[in-house]
Amino acid sequence: MTTVFDPSAAAAQATDAILHDTLHGTARGVVVDSPPGAGKSTLVVRAALELAEAGRPLMVVAQTNAQVDDLVLRLAEKNPELPVGRLHSSDADPYDKALDGLENVRKSAKAAELAGLAVVISTAAKWAHVKVDEPWRHAIVDEAYQMRSDALLAVAGLFERALFVGDPGQLDPFAIVGSEQWAGLAYDPSASAVTTLLAHNPDLPQHRLPVSWRLPASAAPLVSAAFYPYTPFRSGTGHGDRGLSFAVPSDGSGPDRVIDEAAASGWGLLELPARHTPRTDPEAVQAVAAVVRRLLDRGGAATSERSAAPSPLTADRIAVGTAHRDQAAAVRAALAGLGVPDVVVDTANRLQGREYDVTVVLHPLSGRPDATAFHLETGRLCVLASRHRHACIVVCRAGVSDLLDDYPSTEPVQLGTVVKFPDGWEANHAVLAHLAEHRVVWRP
Amino acid sequence: MSLISTLARLEAVSTGRAQPAATVRHRHLGDHPLVFVPLTTAGEAGAPLGALVGTDRDAPRLLVVPQPRDRDLRFAFLAELADVVLPYIDGYAEAVEAAERTETDPETGKRVKVEVELCADAPQLIVPSRAGIDLVRLLGRSMRFRRTAEQDPEAPYPAPPRVPLLGRWLTHFGERARVPGSSLLLAMTDVLGRHWAIGQSTLEDQHLGALLAWIDPPEGVTGAEAALRAELERDERGQLTCPPAGPATDPAFDNKLLAPAIERYDRARTALAAAEDGLEADDRLGALTAAEREIRDLLLSRTRPTWDAVWRGLDLLRELPEGAHVEERWTRDRWSFTGHRDRVLAGEPPQPRRDDAVTAANKLATREREQARLEAQEALDDPLVMAGRRLAGEAFAGEVTDVVMAYSDGKRPSPRPLVTVRTDDRPQLGERTKVYRSLGGKPQSAEFVAAEEDGACVVLRILDKMGRGKEPEPGSVPEKGDRVCFTLFEHEQRGGAKLPDPEETPWTHGGPPGEALPEAADPVTEEDVL
Repeated sequence: MTTVFDPSAAAAQATDAILHDTLHGTARGVVVDSPPGAGKSTLVVRAALELAEAGRPLMVVAQTNAQVDDLVLRLAEKNPELPVGRLHSSDADPYDKALDGLENVRKSAKAAELAGLAVVISTAAKWAHVKVDEPWRHAIVDEAYQMRSDALLAVAGLFERALFVGDPGQLDPFAIVGSEQWAGLAYDPSASAVTTLLAHNPDLPQHRLPVSWRLPASAAPLVSAAFYPYTPFRSGTGHGDRGLSFAVPSDGSGPDRVIDEAAASGWGLLELPARHTPRTDPEAVQAVAAVVRRLLDRGGAATSERSAAPSPLTADRIAVGTAHRDQAAAVRAALAGLGVPDVVVDTANRLQGREYDVTVVLHPLSGRPDATAFHLETGRLCVLASRHRHACIVVCRAGVSDLLDDYPSTEPVQLGTVVKFPDGWEANHAVLAHLAEHRVVWRP
Repeated sequence: MSLISTLARLEAVSTGRAQPAATVRHRHLGDHPLVFVPLTTAGEAGAPLGALVGTDRDAPRLLVVPQPRDRDLRFAFLAELADVVLPYIDGYAEAVEAAERTETDPETGKRVKVEVELCADAPQLIVPSRAGIDLVRLLGRSMRFRRTAEQDPEAPYPAPPRVPLLGRWLTHFGERARVPGSSLLLAMTDVLGRHWAIGQSTLEDQHLGALLAWIDPPEGVTGAEAALRAELERDERGQLTCPPAGPATDPAFDNKLLAPAIERYDRARTALAAAEDGLEADDRLGALTAAEREIRDLLLSRTRPTWDAVWRGLDLLRELPEGAHVEERWTRDRWSFTGHRDRVLAGEPPQPRRDDAVTAANKLATREREQARLEAQEALDDPLVMAGRRLAGEAFAGEVTDVVMAYSDGKRPSPRPLVTVRTDDRPQLGERTKVYRSLGGKPQSAEFVAAEEDGACVVLRILDKMGRGKEPEPGSVPEKGDRVCFTLFEHEQRGGAKLPDPEETPWTHGGPPGEALPEAADPVTEEDVL
């Protein structure tokens, strides 16, 4: 007997199980793995509301101020009556000005002034400075896989039990100095918070959100197979549910051809001639900018399950992702030169958790003579390849698969550390093999 | 690798000489560093073969283990090493100055100033290469849990007195060397590589002889040729004329010279043990001494060139003036030395084999802070380093072309002057990016307002360090025509949050580590007692 996969039912079932363990379970922690766009933020908001409703004082730990502000806004949207505290730093402009318009959100740099509120939200860095006599009964730790173990150590004394939510496939936290000395220890301070938590508490209930609502049906199988081989997920939409069309026909140039390929198949690879280049490869940077310019010029329209009418593909629905900050700066400058000031251009680290209709990615290995651990990192490619709702266009120099074959991973093996699968080498090959089917060769 | 260091390396290749990567010396060099050139036995991790050690470049002390697999001889070597190193360290423990430290009062919980001792200077250990630092750490680990006969009469192989103490000190030096910018234990190749850009890969920079050949090649030879010679040239016996800086030895030396010499030594020793009368024993003792003499000469011939190279490197480094912030970083080394001196005096147990969760997190936080501080201080101390940051878009320098007075909103308007800087640099500035400049040694912050003339001019709003009044204090705002340099990175590091005490380690990290038990030395294995 075959059953039709119902994404909504599967997702609801998973959410119910998570909330049951969180509200009624006996374990001190619950861990939730969430693939890209699987409704992690929705889950966090829902869990927060239900915990608040049950009368349990709740603290929420997020990693960046932007994430904290976003959560506060979502909570207020769902329940404007809920008294929420936004604990912030004492720097200038510590929070989003949009919070000032919310009646039941109190903002303070001192935790004591927020005592008694149903939910108090702040960054891990700020929570680390808070001292309390009585710990919170419950906490939600958001983006727990991006939190470093030592950051959890600093805040774990503030709560009795916690829900840890995050995406294991994204970028691991990093340290700016060597930490091999502690590799293999359960509490390696440079490891992720979840790694340490599970090493010490292996019996904690672990859940997984099974459906990506962001990734289209064209992207979910690749991202799932390449980055989550043992914990597959599905897309919430089918092949016919989303579409991307352009009012202006192709002019036959490389950028236009790759845009059409991506509109039709969800993926596009604009391949430039093989060459070793500096990081800010001027040709590749110009190619990225040209693709973005044409995406806007051609009057794109996106149809999706969200609305009956197609929505225009505007600058705020497009993002450019790079590996390095200087590359992002170079693309920004090139875009400004083409008169496109409003498109988000950022590194993988900063694009984590964001969502766009179309993304244009400068491949981390494009033009490189070597493949370092940084450029091979699975999470970097995963973030770049999983921000889009409709299509992803990768700009890359030819020869990356040869480069991968010339440089097999040579990272030293550390005793006692859990080997992460898949490794960057394997994941890069998987993605390249798939992109090769959507290749447009172009000599600018 | 940053763009400027790539360029400097290319320039080194094309000119045939190392190019300066710094205009000042970014590491402290003491007046009397203890140079330590160790050698280890091939295939026996941590089995020392010999060492040259001392503070006088003309009178190094040679220590030798004629049979490296003999535990007693190895202990004798370590005891001799302790006789050199510990008096040197003790020499710095006595002279102290009064200093203040903020501590938490255990009764009131308040932060109070306490008068404490701070050693006026600290010992400094120099090894030839990074592998030498690893060996220092390994020796420290192998010794610090050992028991002397006095401590534990039952110990099967009691260590000579003072050897465990040497282990604790070497461990401290090795651990401190992991802190960025520290100078308690330095590897000569690392320090030279920091101050010169060499026309070869960073891996090749680990060869001290090649490195010096690039920096100071002999007359009429390019650095590349001299370096190649240093790496490859062999004499008529097939031996490298510039032996590797160790602690590993060249296999040709091991096979052709060392192994036969050790075999002769072993035979002489067996023969002596089998001697039947006094006369015969005397003869055979003579043979044994000669065999040992031979090994000593061999090891001296391998370590002396490296010893001289280390001192030559020190000479080259001393020609550079010391960077302005080096003294401040050395003071932190002195604190670390004083702290360990106090722990030893207080009879605390040796450093544990593994850090607990809180100690590890604290160490990582400290090192990250020191790394950021080091990068900022090196740039501030050295225009060449700053040039690299400017090239990377992390700083910019230029001339002030316009200053417009402006004030903040609010009840008490404070000065917020707008300063326009003309620059050829291309800083990565975004909306309201914070930038900093050094004003009398203190950072003054400003924020980016706008770019004009296609990025050639940058408009900044100065935010602080202008005094409390309505008018900025004289000299606190740049004037038209001033040369200024702003950085996108902060100059000073904020202290991190306080972590819980180890006995309050939370459940997420395994809970409190429990009562510390005295750790035993590594168990003796068959290989240990050949």
